[in-house]
Amino acid sequence: MLGAITLLLLFQLAGEAVALYFALPIPGPVIGMALLFAALALRDGPSDELRNTAQNLLQHLSLLFVPAGVGVMLHMQRMADEWLPILVAVVASTFAAIAVTALLLQLMTRRTP
Amino acid sequence: MTPRINEIWVYLAASPLLGLTLTLLAYQGAAWINQRCRSHPLANPVLLAVIALVALLWLTGTPYRTYFDGAQFVHFLLGPATVALAIPLYAQLDKLKRMAGPLLVALLAGSTCAAVSAVLVGKVLGASDATLLSLAPKSVTTPIAMGIAEGLGGLPSLTSVLVILTGIVGAVGARYIYAALRIDNDAVRGFALGLASHGIGTARAFQVSEQTGAFAALAMGLNGLLTALLLPWLIPPLMRWLGGLP
Repeated sequence: MLGAITLLLLFQLAGEAVALYFALPIPGPVIGMALLFAALALRDGPSDELRNTAQNLLQHLSLLFVPAGVGVMLHMQRMADEWLPILVAVVASTFAAIAVTALLLQLMTRRTP
Repeated sequence: MTPRINEIWVYLAASPLLGLTLTLLAYQGAAWINQRCRSHPLANPVLLAVIALVALLWLTGTPYRTYFDGAQFVHFLLGPATVALAIPLYAQLDKLKRMAGPLLVALLAGSTCAAVSAVLVGKVLGASDATLLSLAPKSVTTPIAMGIAEGLGGLPSLTSVLVILTGIVGAVGARYIYAALRIDNDAVRGFALGLASHGIGTARAFQVSEQTGAFAALAMGLNGLLTALLLPWLIPPLMRWLGGLP
């Protein structure tokens, strides 16, 4: 488990370094994910240790968003003033994005089975 | 008796221990309630935990900064967890190769739809420019969205809240959309949810099945990349055009 965590951090670090070096607008962890994906494809998959550690970490993925979510406290005033446009914009655009993506994908994958 | 409890609270709140412990407790309490409600999407664990923590901090007059000093240890794990998404993704490699073309088309359409429709609806209902710019990147994962908002001239910390809200809305609402539109394929369901609702949608998708989760993780990663590239040249002209309307 220690080895697997070190590996994840190393790929994150590599991702951060790539983002800084090429001045990319993409965050380091996402580049780290792409790098690890490429490494897994080259190496024919993860070790059992890495697979188990990732599974344990991702099992509690929701937990990791809680601290940022509590940040809503800092924007109570703006939320009170603009709650209607914010709420409607978020709900409508999220539902629209899900519907458009799912319908298109379902249509295209059915045509090419 | 009460003043003593207050003093103890003030003392403990100053150390990272309290913020960290409260986060874990609130989340586990929320997860327990979620289980009791048989994972009903409205009993979303992030939503419940955030409500409980905000109420507690509000009642005790604890500033967010103080809380975050402890909670940052949980927040930090978002980085390695994002990297770890490569592993379920890899498990779907064969399916990814087969669906590459349709996935890219759906990604482009969904990504543009998520950002543009949010700005348009917000504008029609009278949101301020700072709010609109903070809304645009709300469908992508927190660290990417904050970076994009900063580049556009929005408020990164407001964006982080809108991102969480978007994640919860998608995780809660997706099943009703899929039922209405008769979307029954796990890969399609996961991809659309991950695209629109990033990590929170992905966490929800993993509750459904491994495959749904893997496609959600893929969509989240791809949409993060695409949105970071797309919005800097899509949103400024859109805002100029909207500004010219009466």
